[in-house]
Amino acid sequence: MQWETVIGLEVHVQLATRSKIFSGASTAFGAEPNSQACAVDLGLPGVLPVLNESAVAMAVQFGLGIDAEIPEVSIFDRKNYFYPDLPKGYQTSQMYHPIVGPGEVEITLDDGETKRIRVHHAHLEEDAGKSLHEDFHGMTGVDLNRAGTPLLEIVSEPDMRSAKEAAAYLKAIHSIVTYLGISDGNMAEGSMRCDVNVSVRPKGQEAFGTRAEIKNVNSFRFVERAIAFEVERQVELLEDGGKVVQETRLYDPEADETRSMRTKEEANDYRYFPCPDLLPVVLDDAYVDHLRTSLPELPAEKRARFQDKLGLSAYDAGVLSATRAMADFFEGVKDVCGDAKLAANWVQGEFAGRLNKEGLEIASSPVSAAQLGELVARVKDETINGKAAKQVFAALWDGEGDSADAIIEARGLKQVTDTGAIEAMIDQVIADSPVQVAQYRDAEPEKRGKMIGYFVGQVMKASRGTANPQQVNGLLKEKLDALC
Amino acid sequence: MHDMTLTELARALEAGEFTSRQLTESLLARIERLDGELNSFISVTAEQALAAADAADAARARGEAGPLTGLPLALKDIFCTQDVKTSCGSKMLDNFVAPYDAHVVEKLKAAGTVSLGKTNMDEFAMGSSNENSHYGPVKNPWDLAAVPGGSSGGSAAAVAAGLVPAALGTDTGGSIRQPAAFCGITGLKPTYGRVSRYGMVAYASSLDQGGPMARTAEDCALLLSAIAGHDLRDSTSVARGVPDYRAELGASLSGLKIGLPKEYFGDGLDPAVETAIREAVKVYESLGATVQEVSLPHTHHAIPAYYVIAPAEASSNLSRFDGVRFGHRCDAPTDLEDLYKRSRAEGFGDEVKRRILIGTHTLSEGFFDAYYKKAQQVRRLIRQDFMDAFEEVDVLMGPSTPTPAFDLGANKDPVSMYLQDIYTIAINLAGIPGISVPAGNIDGRPVGLQILGPHFAESQLLNVAHQFQQVTDWHQQRPAFGKENA
Repeated sequence: MQWETVIGLEVHVQLATRSKIFSGASTAFGAEPNSQACAVDLGLPGVLPVLNESAVAMAVQFGLGIDAEIPEVSIFDRKNYFYPDLPKGYQTSQMYHPIVGPGEVEITLDDGETKRIRVHHAHLEEDAGKSLHEDFHGMTGVDLNRAGTPLLEIVSEPDMRSAKEAAAYLKAIHSIVTYLGISDGNMAEGSMRCDVNVSVRPKGQEAFGTRAEIKNVNSFRFVERAIAFEVERQVELLEDGGKVVQETRLYDPEADETRSMRTKEEANDYRYFPCPDLLPVVLDDAYVDHLRTSLPELPAEKRARFQDKLGLSAYDAGVLSATRAMADFFEGVKDVCGDAKLAANWVQGEFAGRLNKEGLEIASSPVSAAQLGELVARVKDETINGKAAKQVFAALWDGEGDSADAIIEARGLKQVTDTGAIEAMIDQVIADSPVQVAQYRDAEPEKRGKMIGYFVGQVMKASRGTANPQQVNGLLKEKLDALC
Repeated sequence: MHDMTLTELARALEAGEFTSRQLTESLLARIERLDGELNSFISVTAEQALAAADAADAARARGEAGPLTGLPLALKDIFCTQDVKTSCGSKMLDNFVAPYDAHVVEKLKAAGTVSLGKTNMDEFAMGSSNENSHYGPVKNPWDLAAVPGGSSGGSAAAVAAGLVPAALGTDTGGSIRQPAAFCGITGLKPTYGRVSRYGMVAYASSLDQGGPMARTAEDCALLLSAIAGHDLRDSTSVARGVPDYRAELGASLSGLKIGLPKEYFGDGLDPAVETAIREAVKVYESLGATVQEVSLPHTHHAIPAYYVIAPAEASSNLSRFDGVRFGHRCDAPTDLEDLYKRSRAEGFGDEVKRRILIGTHTLSEGFFDAYYKKAQQVRRLIRQDFMDAFEEVDVLMGPSTPTPAFDLGANKDPVSMYLQDIYTIAINLAGIPGISVPAGNIDGRPVGLQILGPHFAESQLLNVAHQFQQVTDWHQQRPAFGKENA
């Protein structure tokens, strides 16, 4: 039987506010346990939440970024359940009136095809703390540093049909939130994670199959792997005449498999009701318009501009707009050198290659966009040739000089374009190569083109790579042909 | 000294008749002597009180005294106080010392007042008789066989017995006004949002409101000016200027339109209470007010709506008492569930458990619409009743309670206990202010007149109460308890 996979994602994005969503405590990562939890985060008797306005602004920016409806009123609800790392015995979230209504996200697949994935809604909520089981023998420690960290939960419609689409959607969300600067998108630190709902159904069937929810997947790769495993498991189960149970599962990257988290599904009743300690959030048009006008250019727009205005290929535009860091770097190089295509080649070629090789993020690159831009400018104005430029780049990377010009100067790499000097070098090479000259003269005219390479190499060598290759080529051809 | 009002004490301190330390020592001695029988305090903080009194005296000597400098008072044990136990009348918080002061406590400290301690209360403010305290019931100083009312019964009894001239209480469904009526003192529940709830242990967040309890409306005005005002830490506190309430006392009542809600004078009202209230209304007529009957048609829905909304919020607010971070934890839990179950089973009393269960039930899937949503709709209708009535009249008047204080142990059935708040509860649902003033005495037990006004009409309510106290002496009567020991 032919099976179709149906996937929906709930993406939790940690918003990049300096303080928590309902308290003034810091949200910085990696502090000593419980050093960033104030009386409000601890849920001490008598304390009250106060909404962090910047969390609201960030949520609205996201909504505008996916062309979503922004309801005038949103309301915080309490989701009640007991857990040791949930200090108040309830999580403040938005159940019935979320801050962001329906919107959509465009994803690009490997074959360049695009697809629209609908977002059902996005809501604000506070994170819980963390239970630590390892360090306490027979007991559990609770770290409430994360408690109250603002999260935006983005809930998709079940519009994805493959693991690749799910990963592309997650990447698109990642790209939007980092472009907006509302999250650092650092998945390793838990700034972004998702719950994946997966089901399969016979191709052509309208009704959804029974779904399993895979909790807390925290990398693009794991999303793909977890779904691939889960789809195979469900299909096998169904083909063997079994049934998929609705349950929560966990993806174990070590074993590359999903496992049931609970043997029997608990009947959770969260007893949602409006939080009486917080007023409804009312957003007037002026506020939303203000945020709309201050939105940065988002990935889809940027990709289009790179193609239409800068004349880049669809592929180049896609790669260079994939992350804001990449796009900003590319635009920095382009602005300095004044040549988008040349800049695109250098950023994707030499620069990306070196980053990859050393496993670095753009943010920690030793070469700045301005430095690379100057280097590319020297290529463009023919101060150096391509070969020398690679040397200069390596030298810049190794910190040999502050600017391309300084390194070109220090290493004497300036391209020789003085015709007289090049002619002198050519004459010397011809004089030193009687055998090759004879061969050239005796060759069929149409084969001479290939043979010229030897002479070019010799001249470049004599110039220590600084001679302008085009000039060398032209002059050599003239002189050799004159000998024939 | 113990018979004087805050206003009189302030004048005496100013005139140098005695110091704040002398006053504080005298009251501490009185508490020491009398409170064993009354049980109105959970914690007496003599050391801190004397230090605060000395600081107040020093401030006065420097010429830096304000209107409240050096005045003693007490705080219901629901207000968090730094370095002093805040038990909320519960075993659950018997070991809880908050690391911070409630907003109102900060304000009172800044004003130079001297807190003598924390007063007894129904556990987590749930009760109408003060019989639900982990620290035992409070007695009514007018008649030691009677309850003082709840849940601010400790505050009311302490003021009535002359242990302290004023105290703070909280009112979720009548918990300031009902004990004030039972103990023959004046108690004001301000408009919801007028006084910050920050640091007030939450019972039902959308109804809770702190307020003053004292011997006179004038004293309540003095205290309200000190504790009211916007607090950035409480999103529901209202950003609105605070008048000098005492300075606004004195307007004539000529032409005041008083409404008598007919629903407040029906079945269940003790005829003797009704007589006292109608007598009080006549006093107002003699002061130039006009009286008309009005109707609050949804009044009979107030108690059912309240006992859906308040327990729903309470069930959620009290979830944090789980034995994990603070408060009572059971011995040697075997696992997490055991920790939760035993800590809560041991820490909470019956009434608290009853309301948690009611709230958990009404919020649960399948019941939410029928109970919680419906109750919120009723709440809007009740609020609208009041708004409509205030289109016609300036204030509403009626009894604070259907009967005078009842005997300890007399009211065993929870539902009949809930009916104690029949005239006070709707006010909390509507968020409007209400004040109870002494207006009679039946067989040695006081009667309270309740006066209601529209949102933020505290100035007017206090003046209406104050004018009554200018021409009557109910507020000056004192119980026999403590007199012979004076």
